[in-house]
Amino acid sequence: MKKVLAIVLCVALLAGLCVSLIACNGDGDDTFKIGFICLHDENSTYDKNFLDGVAEVKAKLGLTDDQIIIKKNIPESNDCYVAAAELADAGCDIVFANSFGHEKHILKAAKEFPEVQFCHATGTMAHTENVANFHNAFASIYEGRYLAGVAAGVKLQEMMAADNTVVPKIGYVGAYTYAEVVSGYTSFYLGVKSIVSNVTMEVQFTGSWYDEIEEKNAANALINNGCVLISQHADSWGAPTACETAGVPNVSYNGSTKSACPNTFIISSRINWAPYYEYIINQVKNGEAIATDWTGTIATGSVVLTDLNEDAYASATTAAAAKTAINTAKANLQNGSLKVFATDTFTVDGQALTSYKADVDTDDAFTPDTEVIVNGYFDESAKRSAPYFDINIDGITLLNTKF
Amino acid sequence: MADTTKKNPLVRISKRSDIKGWKAMGIRAIAFVIALLIVGVVSTATVGGDIIKIYTTLFIGNLMTQRTVWALLESIAFLLLVSLAVTPAFKMRFWNIGAEGQTLMGVLGAAMIVNYLGGKIPEPALLLLMFATSIIFAAVWAVVPALFKAYFNTNETLFTLMMNYVAIQLVKFFIQAWSGKGNTGSKDFNYGYLPKIGGNEYLLGILIVVVITVLVTIYLKRSKHGYELSVVGESENTARYIGINVKAVIIRTMILSGVLCGVLGFILFGKSANLYETAAGGRGFTAILVSWLAKFNPIYMVGTSSLVAFLQSGAKRAGDLYSAGKFFTDLTVGIFFFCIIASEFFINYTVKFRKKTQKIISEVAIEEKVEEVNE
Repeated sequence: MKKVLAIVLCVALLAGLCVSLIACNGDGDDTFKIGFICLHDENSTYDKNFLDGVAEVKAKLGLTDDQIIIKKNIPESNDCYVAAAELADAGCDIVFANSFGHEKHILKAAKEFPEVQFCHATGTMAHTENVANFHNAFASIYEGRYLAGVAAGVKLQEMMAADNTVVPKIGYVGAYTYAEVVSGYTSFYLGVKSIVSNVTMEVQFTGSWYDEIEEKNAANALINNGCVLISQHADSWGAPTACETAGVPNVSYNGSTKSACPNTFIISSRINWAPYYEYIINQVKNGEAIATDWTGTIATGSVVLTDLNEDAYASATTAAAAKTAINTAKANLQNGSLKVFATDTFTVDGQALTSYKADVDTDDAFTPDTEVIVNGYFDESAKRSAPYFDINIDGITLLNTKF
Repeated sequence: MADTTKKNPLVRISKRSDIKGWKAMGIRAIAFVIALLIVGVVSTATVGGDIIKIYTTLFIGNLMTQRTVWALLESIAFLLLVSLAVTPAFKMRFWNIGAEGQTLMGVLGAAMIVNYLGGKIPEPALLLLMFATSIIFAAVWAVVPALFKAYFNTNETLFTLMMNYVAIQLVKFFIQAWSGKGNTGSKDFNYGYLPKIGGNEYLLGILIVVVITVLVTIYLKRSKHGYELSVVGESENTARYIGINVKAVIIRTMILSGVLCGVLGFILFGKSANLYETAAGGRGFTAILVSWLAKFNPIYMVGTSSLVAFLQSGAKRAGDLYSAGKFFTDLTVGIFFFCIIASEFFINYTVKFRKKTQKIISEVAIEEKVEEVNE
């Protein structure tokens, strides 16, 4: 009788095949379509941030449900290639993937489907691979983190003014010890330092982009170590909620965590992907080329801050002062008079940095290949969109490293 | 006494083994339809989509293009291979739930060769070495619990389960060791891709599984080994009495399980030349169900793995319609599993409901009648 089951199933499969051969003739439409590949789903703040951007651009450009296909929970494996190929088969004009490890698989798909544009966030290979329909994109998020650091600096100043026993030591929960995270916490630290010049910072890495328990533990460890303000670069709500429980102010990332942390959430920087989506969609619709390596900025609307949570400050006066400080710094970043990584604001082993070669062109050995100190500042995100600032500066102590 | 009725239980359940084939299929079909209805209700409640669209995608979504058909056949083949791997052990009542870890060790074995020898030796030699290492790694992972079971009678279910986690940690360790500064949780390689047959990247893996299916069927049904392991499964004492070396059978069978998982690990690595901790993709666990549903028969397993893989990827596509992500897939497949497993209950047991209250002649009633007669 099980044999019957097997036969029935096989027949059903074959019947389905025939139906499909008839059915699949109908997809030769020329309406614009875009496909998205996400590593996780909305439960990850990282992916939610990309998906929020999709919703924004969908509303702005008036795209229909049928024009957007989103594939979630796609691992960094052959599954990613399959997902990309299926999106291309489904008639997508653009396929966008959001995780660093997707890159190799997207590149494979790009070579197979030259008529489809493949855009990959956080990747590093487009500027050396020379595959015409393969593109990287990122944003100068270090500027956003710097501004969030300014807001934190004002809070720290307020805490020190209220209680002269407060030691200006802050903490940072990072995922891994590599450039994207190093660039992020260093810019955050320099933002705080622009307000409180004697601030120091401790960094604890979790070794995972998403591990709520570990992030919570790391935040608590830092708090127990005497850190009076915490920020993080990891994707769960672990660190922010630990801060709320402990009553320690927190600067978030990827979006507001105010709903769960009404008293301790200060501000959050995030990359808004909607401007990039809008850009690539318009380029394709107009038949124009997409930049090989695109860096979003404050000016393009890619680097944004959430509203400042005034409740995190003891008085409305300091909250207002924080807003003013952010606006001033933002204006100066935009007019170029302020550089986040200006070499006169930090030292490395007691020395100012005059020359540094970063690993900009990807290779297995991480060979430093490009001089990145120009005109007295470390020129982050200019040689390629993905961050490459990976220097340990004075004032920041790494409690562990996780590669 | 006025109350002369005795209460019968509302439902009576009794074992049956004589159910007719058409009736069993009918029960399964009903379970399938019920599952479909529940999926309909649940998907309306969660993603709120168009039911008809979800149903059609669930069934023909897998068959829309050549690529999706090939991908489906491949996922059936992979699931079938792990199911075949766990089956010999299951037949001797050795509950190996470590196929996930064994497969992962196979992937790690291939990665190890590619990491150290990729690009340094000719590709055919590289592939052969990868194949051998995959098999050895996976077999070692399977034989350790088998040795402990054979000599110390440890609980194999817990042991094999634990070995999964050790394998995952080992993979994580090597990813970090090999990636150095650039660890992103997965390690990519440039060598060790499986050759394509006529430009088709799915065919080779599928063919390997077809051959293995035939071999395992013959092994289980026609060989002395196959007979021995079913005797061990029925009764270890009987096996011992008729002179079967039970320890040897346990160890030998688990090595076979490991080897088959190793083959899958090799193929999985060869698909994309990368190492990551979820490379086995949960197949090691799904395979338990596939094997059990097929009553440990390799031929039926072709059917059950097709059904499960078909539902899994169909549900994934249906979820994509509404950007629902993984939860929708898991939920849908879970509903089907639940209903199908429940249907097995109704096949193996007969359920009788109490008919309308039966009057039972109680002792009192009999006494009354006797009195009547006497008068």
